[in-house]
Amino acid sequence: MSMLHIVNKSPFERNALDACLRLAKSGSSLLLIEDAVYAAMKGTTVSDKVAAAMKDMKVYVLGADLKARGVGEEKLMEGIDVVDYAGFVDLVAEHDNNQSWL
Amino acid sequence: MSDVKKFLYVNRKAPYGTIYALESLEVVLIGAAFEQDVSLAFVDDGVFQLMKGQDTSEVGMKNFSPTYSALGDYDVNKIYVEKESLEARGLTVDDLMDLKYEDEDDDWAEKDSIRVVTAEEMKAIMDEQDVILSF
Repeated sequence: MSMLHIVNKSPFERNALDACLRLAKSGSSLLLIEDAVYAAMKGTTVSDKVAAAMKDMKVYVLGADLKARGVGEEKLMEGIDVVDYAGFVDLVAEHDNNQSWL
Repeated sequence: MSDVKKFLYVNRKAPYGTIYALESLEVVLIGAAFEQDVSLAFVDDGVFQLMKGQDTSEVGMKNFSPTYSALGDYDVNKIYVEKESLEARGLTVDDLMDLKYEDEDDDWAEKDSIRVVTAEEMKAIMDEQDVILSF
């Protein structure tokens, strides 16, 4: 089964992303929204674990939430796909199921 | 003026994901009317509040970041940002808004409101306050 994992909490403040990465099966997808978009930034204390996760997971980030927070594309890690709201809907539709990590 | 107290607003949350950042800013602006000695501290995810280039047009929320630029006009011009928090997030002062104030004791010279301080310096700033409000 293909799972879309959705994380919306800052990785610097909460352990939602850690829990997701620990329990997600390889081959599943991860969508970062709201305060979790900071996890897509390069050069942070969480960049290494996100990079490690990207070896067996596809990682997406919601563009509108990046833009709201002033995080430009030049700050993003390589290999993370920026999606818009329509892309969010497509991801939900393309996967068999989705799981939110609050 | 012995009735002037030192107030420090400590901001530790990112903007938009929760209401803390906006609420803090509202309280600072209201508090500015009482002519106290006000300082703002931004630590942990609070440093994200000061990121330049915020644009909320696609998320349907109010972009309150331009309001930080008005703080100088309310005599709120001591904005301390913890260096360690910036570094943990891959940020430098160049990623933050360029907040200015006019110094009335120096012929209204335009000066930077943001002062990047180390955790060690932040300890001292926190220690010297009369009132600390946390957001």
